[in-house]
Amino acid sequence: MLVFPDVDVPQGAVLLLSGPSGCGKSTWLALVAALMAPSAGALTVAAQPLHALKNVAADAWRARAIGFLPQKLHLSSALTVVQNLMMAQWASGQPEDAKRIHAALQALGVKDLSDRKPGQLSGGQAQRVALARAVLLQPRVILADEPTASLDDEAAADAVQLLLETAGIHQATLVIATHDARVAHLIPAGVEGQIGFQTLRLLRNKLSNE
Amino acid sequence: MKTLVFAWHYLWSRPLGAALNVLLLSLGLASITFLLLVAHQLSRAFDRDLAGIDVVVGAKGSPMQLILSGVLHIDVPPGNIALKAVRELEKHPMVAAIIPISLGDSFQAYRIVGTSHAYVSHYEASLARGVLWSKPMEVVLGATVARRLAVTLGDTFAGSHGLGGAGHAHGDNLYTVVGILQPSASVLDRLILTDTASVWKVHEDATASDDEDRAILAQEREITMALVKYKTPMAAMTFPRFVNTTTEMQAASPALEVTRLLSMLGLGTDVLRAFAGVLLLTAALSVFFALWTAVRERRADLALLRMLGAPPGKVASLLLCEALWLGLLSSVLGLVLGQAFTMALGWFLQLDTSLLVGGLVWPAELLVVPCLALLVSLGAALLPALGAYRVSVLELLQVR
Repeated sequence: MLVFPDVDVPQGAVLLLSGPSGCGKSTWLALVAALMAPSAGALTVAAQPLHALKNVAADAWRARAIGFLPQKLHLSSALTVVQNLMMAQWASGQPEDAKRIHAALQALGVKDLSDRKPGQLSGGQAQRVALARAVLLQPRVILADEPTASLDDEAAADAVQLLLETAGIHQATLVIATHDARVAHLIPAGVEGQIGFQTLRLLRNKLSNE
Repeated sequence: MKTLVFAWHYLWSRPLGAALNVLLLSLGLASITFLLLVAHQLSRAFDRDLAGIDVVVGAKGSPMQLILSGVLHIDVPPGNIALKAVRELEKHPMVAAIIPISLGDSFQAYRIVGTSHAYVSHYEASLARGVLWSKPMEVVLGATVARRLAVTLGDTFAGSHGLGGAGHAHGDNLYTVVGILQPSASVLDRLILTDTASVWKVHEDATASDDEDRAILAQEREITMALVKYKTPMAAMTFPRFVNTTTEMQAASPALEVTRLLSMLGLGTDVLRAFAGVLLLTAALSVFFALWTAVRERRADLALLRMLGAPPGKVASLLLCEALWLGLLSSVLGLVLGQAFTMALGWFLQLDTSLLVGGLVWPAELLVVPCLALLVSLGAALLPALGAYRVSVLELLQVR
């Protein structure tokens, strides 16, 4: 059983979700993405009370409201970069919009790689493509799961910087879930024009089943 | 639509596996196509050539040989019968009409058949050019013969003895082409028709040395067989027995003999059908295995689709579309291969000149092939698709 502290993040702010492995970061993300329902308590994400969403409605809401950057990126190796983004539009039930895909790739500086397969991309390029996919549908909230895992210091700094910039452009709330202590130092406190970041530190507080 | 495109990419992201599955499915479907085509073409050829002939009277021997040689023209005849005996038979009260058939000579492997005009009208053939023969040594060519030999009206040729085309040439007596038939899709297409008397004339000229011989030979004139039409269907009960017991000839019923022939072929087709079934089953298992592995390998990718907002049904449909592609591709390939096998068989057994098997036909039964393909591929995809349907997004998050 997991109990999470209350948190209120203003739209456009950054939330750093930190804590050691197994402390419930994944569960927290799953709850916020409406992938599972809490046994008690209420969640409101992107102005949507989640308890009102069921199944297909939750899928549709997630497609619109949540942009997800998984740790392992999960770009489909069978498809080119452009097709991977098309697939995101297909999955969300949106009509195909090539212009928007190009704009998203352009914004992240990977437009030239449009026709490559994910296998032909470097780690950094692949992360940019995955981020382009995450923000393609202009979500209100971006969930980044361990974006700096297995990156060296320089690359980790770039990755965090990119996330902050991209979230800023889309005025999306950014949640970075990580056990990487470096990340906290990479986010500047109170960047001008931004609301700054807050940290939700989860502890491995396994409450015994009484 | 988009689902089909993505499914296509996923399918060919493992080209070897996909090709193997398409090939396996196609081979099974090709065997079935082949069986359907051969059965269809044989029964069509038999129906067409046997129509309206109630019984065939010829020399004693194998009744099936009589039918194969005299009606379908794919075997040599058992022997000859006396013209006199046939004339007697013609007077029998149950006999409505008799068409005489005289075999023995050929030209370039096409049979020269001595007969009467009734033979042409029996198959409702009409002339493309020229006229029917009016005297001995005039011939009318079937459409296929005329096309293959590139012979036109007024051309002359000498027949050669025997049906194989390598026999002694009857150089003294030349046949003259007076007519060419329109294609009738019957046995006539590959025959050279002439008057019964031509056959007698050629052979009598070849053997007789004086007029006395000629007179004797004229007395002993023979034909090869007679195609008989009954006045009443009741005749089938008694007429064959009458011929078989009271004359030196035998009567063979085409319908009966063909049924016997098809049941003899039946064993072979059963084996082939079982073989095709095994192939299809193997293909189904292979498709199942491929898709099952695909779901396992791509669990996280599929989970991501759920994360991106795809309902479970959409994720499952991606898998089903992959199976659909397999089914469609192998239907096309299977049909093409099946047609090719059939043509190869026709060519290999030289059955194409006999019009029995060969050539492209698309009977309605062939619809079974794509149906079977979709049934097998989609059936094999059901479990994997269910697996895809049940993929949980949580797996995506818990990968560490």
